Amino acid sequence: MAHSATEHAHGHDHHEHHDTFLTKYVFSQDHKMIAKQFLITGIVMAIVGMLLSLIFRIQLAYPDEIFPWMETVLGKWGKGGKLDPNFYLGLVTIHGTIMVFFVLTAALSGTFSNLLIPLQLGARDMASPFINMLSYWFFLTSSVVMLISLFVETGPASGGWTVYPPLSALPKAMPGSGLGMTLWLVSMTLFIASSLMGALNYIATILNMRTVGMKMTRMPLTIWAFFCTAILGVLSFPVLFAAAILLIFDRSFGTAFYLSEIFIGNEALSQTGGSPILFQHLFWFLGHPEVYIILMPALGLTSEIIATNSRKPIFGYRAMIGSLLGISVLSFIVWGHHMFITGMNPFLGNVFMILTLVIAVPSAVKTFNYLATLWRGNLQFTPGMLFAIGLVSLFISGGLTGIYLGNAALDINLHDTYFVVAHFHLVMGSAAMFGMFAGIYHWYPRMFGKMMNEKLGYLHFWLTFAAVYCVFFPMHFMGLDGVPRRYYSFTGFEYMTEWVNMNKFITLSAILGSMAQLIFLYNFFGNILKGKRAPQNPWNSNTLEWTAPVEHLHGNWPGDIPHVHRWPYDYSRPEASTDFIPQNISDEGLEERLGGSKTIETPSHQEIPSAKSSADTMLFSRLLAFLSLKRS
Amino acid sequence: MAQQQLSVKSKAIWDGGTEPFGASYGKLMMWFFLLSDAFTFSSLLLAYGALRFSAPVWPDPDLVFKGVPFMDHANLPLVFVGIMTFILIMSSVTMVLAVEAGHRGAKNEVVKWMLWTILGGLAFLGCQAWEWTHLHHDGFWWGSTPSAEHLKEFFAGNPSQDYAQQFANLFFTITGFHGFHVFSGVVINVVILINTMKGTYERRGHYEMVEKVGLYWHFVDLVWVFVFTFFYLV
Repeated sequence: MAHSATEHAHGHDHHEHHDTFLTKYVFSQDHKMIAKQFLITGIVMAIVGMLLSLIFRIQLAYPDEIFPWMETVLGKWGKGGKLDPNFYLGLVTIHGTIMVFFVLTAALSGTFSNLLIPLQLGARDMASPFINMLSYWFFLTSSVVMLISLFVETGPASGGWTVYPPLSALPKAMPGSGLGMTLWLVSMTLFIASSLMGALNYIATILNMRTVGMKMTRMPLTIWAFFCTAILGVLSFPVLFAAAILLIFDRSFGTAFYLSEIFIGNEALSQTGGSPILFQHLFWFLGHPEVYIILMPALGLTSEIIATNSRKPIFGYRAMIGSLLGISVLSFIVWGHHMFITGMNPFLGNVFMILTLVIAVPSAVKTFNYLATLWRGNLQFTPGMLFAIGLVSLFISGGLTGIYLGNAALDINLHDTYFVVAHFHLVMGSAAMFGMFAGIYHWYPRMFGKMMNEKLGYLHFWLTFAAVYCVFFPMHFMGLDGVPRRYYSFTGFEYMTEWVNMNKFITLSAILGSMAQLIFLYNFFGNILKGKRAPQNPWNSNTLEWTAPVEHLHGNWPGDIPHVHRWPYDYSRPEASTDFIPQNISDEGLEERLGGSKTIETPSHQEIPSAKSSADTMLFSRLLAFLSLKRS
Repeated sequence: MAQQQLSVKSKAIWDGGTEPFGASYGKLMMWFFLLSDAFTFSSLLLAYGALRFSAPVWPDPDLVFKGVPFMDHANLPLVFVGIMTFILIMSSVTMVLAVEAGHRGAKNEVVKWMLWTILGGLAFLGCQAWEWTHLHHDGFWWGSTPSAEHLKEFFAGNPSQDYAQQFANLFFTITGFHGFHVFSGVVINVVILINTMKGTYERRGHYEMVEKVGLYWHFVDLVWVFVFTFFYLV
């Protein structure tokens, strides 16, 4: 197969190839097209997820109002203009599922791993283009099944995105536990297959198909992030798969793996002897690595974008790799912090707490390295750069609350309150989403050969950034006041009523934030056809993908694949004539470019001071001022 | 693949342009898939352990698995499952011989040993079908156990309907999942056999596909050793 793929790639270099619409856009095996398929499917899923959240946000802000349009849009779920409480739970569940799995896992990894792994490593395509195509088709099928579950008569799965039994294990438990839950399981099984095929491909490609000179320690940090993400996926999704198998048997074959001593309507169930906590262990063994599967690709993209747009080498390249590896290992041994209140042995709770708090170390290494890379950089504020800096901001503000939640004693108060909602929406939801936006703005020229509108990008960034903080920051205070998540209405409980006004503010911010996404959609889809043609290397970046022709071709490079002679972060080297030296330039080639006989030493991974200018200092002090503002 | 054509010598195996483990991408993918599958089985077996060791009583394997085909009311614990395990391990041996024949490019021998491997797989599945039927006749199934009267036969101490049920649920689910893997393996082996007979790998110049399915087949055997230990011996 390896040989035929090579011939295939070369065949395209020499012959005119006749693609039909089907082979080019639908059953494509080209990694660049598959990346676009993942991205566009992901955008559609993100829109659905966002619309679902708007509906339940409106319910939370105006619990007593009658909205006739709800009946028009939702039919029996909005009877009399009031949202059905069961459907509210379904909305929350499917919003979570879509955002966590379909947008931030599949679309984020699927888009950028597929686009960047071959291009940044100097490979013609993925190791197995066919399995790569299957991975997308499984993903699309699972997306369709998940969307179909919204239209089932008894409603979609409603037990929360974590599908804890017994709600998920007993079809009679609530309306959404019936067919909706079955479809959820079918969809997730397909999803796991898709994610496995994708991850196997990423790993094999990264290990085996690096071009000459591309040592592991010369790989861009994006690739390191995708590599660790893929390994996490390969090791954690099978555990969810096992959990799902047992759940399916509990639902349909009368077993009792997760069920014990259940009464439905005063009638004792015959299924007994199992343990619902068992499911939580299995689920969170996936669930915790999952949040890093979401976050790490975003961090990788950010590393690359911040270095490029600071015109500086990334600070602490090896420390960045080390922190990715550290996060990957730790992510497998902290799942218990989701389960502090399940009655676990306090000693075990302490072990999980300490391990959890240790994750703050690699996370802080990353954060400080980002800040140190920005420090005295010659900052280029492209929209991609703004979103990357936005990610750092969200990562800090969301990460700090992680230290509270990781504490076994505090978590007893904070568990399942809005504090948790605020925490994970900032640190993994919004941060990863910002990483995805940063990646889209930065690599759009590479993906579509067109430029996006910068002004609209700024507008999109500032509106989104403001909206994210307005939506999620107040939720911390609600959580500290003990307001539980997933409640349908705040008017039913005396102590929660005072938060209804805050909910109005949050909902209006969420609506504003959603409007801002329209700007993005216009900018994104409009410029695919009408955009300015992209130059070869719009951001003066060092990595290999910018040496491939703007027009896509199978096999990525006409003729030979470039060789790699240096690490990817040679920005602003004082002895060079340009402020960037692409990875494929050899030291001899550089001398020729300089026209002199200056010898270039092998780049060390140390920070190289860039030319200091007053403008740079001003930008940095502005950044500091911005950070301190947020602290107050 | 493509990089090999650049024919640049790399001093170190990790410097790019080479396969650092000396394994093709296909083999790497198979290894990582098996790693992933190992996590699935480990989760199932850990779930088994968690449920079993929180149970006060459990059916005694020596009393449950004592039948042998064509020997009514035999009391021969572990004999039949021993035969099953032996068959599966022998099929691993024949698979090794097929891979070895592939290295020599001996097509007819590959065909011969693949046939034996497939036969071994089918024999194992047949044994499993008998074992399941046997237990089913005793009254064990997903969601059903033998009657309270009958149940005493399977416990060394006090019988328990609930934990007999847990035992049956876990047994059928986990051995079923393993049996499904063996079944898939047999199907894949048949595909490889057909390709070998058609001369696909001869034209390709190597029998790496046989090696890859070999990895899978050995893995399935290895998993059986754990399943066997957990259900029959412990």
